[in-house]
Amino acid sequence: MESLLEIHNLSAGYGQNLVLQGVNLKIKPSDFIGVIGPNGGGKTTLLKAILGLITPISGTIHFSESMTSGGVHRIGYLPQINNIDRQFPITVFDVVRSGLMSRKRLMGRYSAEENESALHLIEEMGISDIRNNPIGELSGGQVQRALLCRALVNKPALLILDEPNTYVDNRFERELYEKLKVLNEKLAILLVSHDLGTISTYVKSYACVNNSLHFHEGNTVTPELLKSYECPIQIISHGDIPHTVLHQHTH
Amino acid sequence: MQSLITLFDFEFFRNAILAAFMASITCGIIGTYIVSRRIVFISGGITHASFGGIGMGYYFGFNPILGAVIFGIFSALGIELFTKKADLREDSAIAMLWSLGMAVGVIFIFLTPGYAPNLMSYLFGNILTVSKQDLLYLLFLSLFIIGFFVAFYRIIIFVSFDEEFALTNNAPVKLFNALLISLVALTIVLNIRVVGIILVMSLLTIPQAIANLFTKRFDWMMILSIVFGFLGSILGLALSYIYDIPSGAAIIFTLVILYGVIKISGLVIEKSRQ
Repeated sequence: MESLLEIHNLSAGYGQNLVLQGVNLKIKPSDFIGVIGPNGGGKTTLLKAILGLITPISGTIHFSESMTSGGVHRIGYLPQINNIDRQFPITVFDVVRSGLMSRKRLMGRYSAEENESALHLIEEMGISDIRNNPIGELSGGQVQRALLCRALVNKPALLILDEPNTYVDNRFERELYEKLKVLNEKLAILLVSHDLGTISTYVKSYACVNNSLHFHEGNTVTPELLKSYECPIQIISHGDIPHTVLHQHTH
Repeated sequence: MQSLITLFDFEFFRNAILAAFMASITCGIIGTYIVSRRIVFISGGITHASFGGIGMGYYFGFNPILGAVIFGIFSALGIELFTKKADLREDSAIAMLWSLGMAVGVIFIFLTPGYAPNLMSYLFGNILTVSKQDLLYLLFLSLFIIGFFVAFYRIIIFVSFDEEFALTNNAPVKLFNALLISLVALTIVLNIRVVGIILVMSLLTIPQAIANLFTKRFDWMMILSIVFGFLGSILGLALSYIYDIPSGAAIIFTLVILYGVIKISGLVIEKSRQ
């Protein structure tokens, strides 16, 4: 299967500060990759490089032809919720539709068909009743749903989610992951999370980002995986009896 | 009441009404943008920086408003570019520009021989002395802003709401940021004649605060801000006439009272419903 994008020997950072070094990664259409790693390890930097928000210091990111449409990469992006100004005077429907802007001319309006597909997504995400509400009146979970609709409305080939489980209740979190599982049948997913345990039942592979990137096939949390994490981590497993494992490293 | 109506026989009064109307349009639309994007402090910086241009206008003998336009736009674009490139805190940069503009203005006005006429009207504005030329500028600006926001409404919201997301969609974020901040500068400078440097910020924020009590949608906020801005201006003008107090201050005072009354009555209605 052809990769959607291939990252070769990528180094990226800010000013003199090299956050990522020698990163290689291939994302295939069926991938569901959990991006994990300590804060400051470069998870966000990796996303920004893929999204084209920062220019790599060295290395390349190559997008396949099927990843590009109309000069824009077919990436759906769900930013961290604290990047959003929830006081901004905008309705849910307008937030969702704004995901279609990349195919608009500067003065373009939304076609009936586009409005229809936005409404359809809103319905599917279960936020129809609040579609005309300003986002300032929504709960964290509802904002996430609206932002997920915005990320999906332009039919991306790759969905990137940055910490979607912050400020949301457990019920929404589970719903979200179930939804992602279904979506993964049609598109690739890159999910950034600090919560290794919860995502382990859903992701197909892991990318551990801590200055460099280690790729792990499979979703079992192995000692090797934890080693690349390089810090004490906490795992909460979702069995019949939830339990906590504290894994301590010396380094 | 009779005497208020006979006021319309005076050209200066009709001009004042026109000025209030166009100030409400320009400040209503641009103010909604400023408040939504949380760039009130930047706008304050631009306002005060433009005083430098006014001072230079006095000293070198050109129209002070032209000087203010140049200073306003350059400081606006300066803040926009500088804080993103240079390693300088945005609020510190704004404060620096804010006081630098005022300092330049004070120095040049001090150096200008003789008495600086109308200086007070630049600081506090005087809606009763706006000239035909001022009105013409305001008319052009009003029409341009209305046209700009109608034509580019979606992309303006797109870029303003989530700049990073807009960038990932290859939207012309930089271009629109620059265009919009220039419109902010122009709106501020042309309204200086109406309410003055000290007071123009309130015309860009109080009508929006009132509008925000009724709506949390960008389009309705613009429209209601224009309505409340105009209402406040007219009531303020009447107040200024009746009590013989400066018009700019009377307008702002009225707007704040209007906000207070609506806010409190809203709370009372809410209480009585419970």
